[in-house]
Amino acid sequence: MSGHDLPAALDAIVIGASAGGVQALRVLLASLPVGFAPAVFVVQHIPRDRPSLLVELFGHVCALPVVEAEDKQPIQGGRIVFAPPDYHLLIEDRTAVALSLDEVVRYSRPSIDVLFESAAAAFDANLLAILLTGANEDGAEGVAAVRRAGGKAWVQCPSEAESPTMPESALALGGADAILRLDAMCQRLQGRPQ
Amino acid sequence: MTDESTHLFDLELKLLLEAVYLRYHYDFRGYAISSLRRRVRHAMTRFDCARVSDLQHRIIHEPTFFAEAIQYFTVQVSEMFRDPDYFRALREEVVPVLTTYPSIKIWVAGCSSGEEVWSLAILLAEEGLLERSVIYATDINPDALVKAEQGTYRVERMAQFSRNYVAAGGRGSLSDYYTSAYGNAVFNRRLTRQVVFADHSLATDSVFSEVHLVSCRNVLIYFNRELQDRAVGLFSDALIRKGFLGLGSKESLQFGAHASMFDTFVPAQRIYQRKAS
Repeated sequence: MSGHDLPAALDAIVIGASAGGVQALRVLLASLPVGFAPAVFVVQHIPRDRPSLLVELFGHVCALPVVEAEDKQPIQGGRIVFAPPDYHLLIEDRTAVALSLDEVVRYSRPSIDVLFESAAAAFDANLLAILLTGANEDGAEGVAAVRRAGGKAWVQCPSEAESPTMPESALALGGADAILRLDAMCQRLQGRPQ
Repeated sequence: MTDESTHLFDLELKLLLEAVYLRYHYDFRGYAISSLRRRVRHAMTRFDCARVSDLQHRIIHEPTFFAEAIQYFTVQVSEMFRDPDYFRALREEVVPVLTTYPSIKIWVAGCSSGEEVWSLAILLAEEGLLERSVIYATDINPDALVKAEQGTYRVERMAQFSRNYVAAGGRGSLSDYYTSAYGNAVFNRRLTRQVVFADHSLATDSVFSEVHLVSCRNVLIYFNRELQDRAVGLFSDALIRKGFLGLGSKESLQFGAHASMFDTFVPAQRIYQRKAS
């Protein structure tokens, strides 16, 4: 495994996805093995006005435990945390998450930018951001913030993404440390020494 | 490599909060830093300040500017009957207990622009409890308190409020309670004859009354753990034995210091009951 597109010490992974994201996340999250050490946080754009089924859905296909974020929930490695509908998910510090009802960002709450920017401030260089398929520009600012803070960012290969707008916007704004297909992402994450 | 600018930003942010506290006695030092960062960045963009210290300079020297800037420190997002299932649970599970008391005191902590206060007043009126209830509606933001007391909301919001009201088990039509004028829905002031609107800070003030129900929803999410513990401590002290505490749908007592003081009452709606001893 090459080290230049992964942090030397990886404590957390933040993932953002929108249109087509559930399928992509199914591939990516289901590949994470038992014993996977980093904490994983996911914003998948979902309708704001009804309960989310993501935890139920991914609980069945993932080896790692999957939960919906609650305010000030302690951060645990090896657990997948989804943003709840109609709240922003933020990383408060290295020990806990926070939620907010701050205004909708780019029509979205939860917003990928909000998660990524807060994670960048909390985890600095020990962070990997992954931006997947989507039909809007959420996540572009967030990817740039993660890279400014010394973390790494992977963007899904636009030609593979069901909706290429989101990956393309991120690449145009701040670039990425790697542009990868989903299977390559899975291999690199699995190849990480446990 | 770490991001020097993030650390300097955080340092200046700490200084700003200290300055605001020393100058105006508003205490945001225990607010959750992750969302404060975003809001202060917004304020910097809005007021064309390159650095937090530029914002701080104006805040310290211009009280009128602070009155404007404080709107960025507090979040005002609410709807009437937001999370209808919460209000339905109040109506169906909590009201039958409240009915057993000769008089009822309710504290809406962090009432913002008042949508939840008016919702509660309507609910109590429909359950025949409003006449013997007193609602304390408190917030730190003076502008929000003025709005809360006015009970005037844009008429475009009424469709959403009405849907929520019906889903919450409303017994009539929301339009029974307001009149429309000039694009605004003005709620009937009879509903708030029993409401006391007051300035109160969960960060610096203490308990002011004994109450039967505290409703504090989506306020604690803006606090760090220490300030959350302080606030919940106040609620615990204010509540009578067996009194109720309602939180926001993603808030919980389980990560805090006072969890053992409460039983869960309607777990899915985050309604807790103060233990008897």
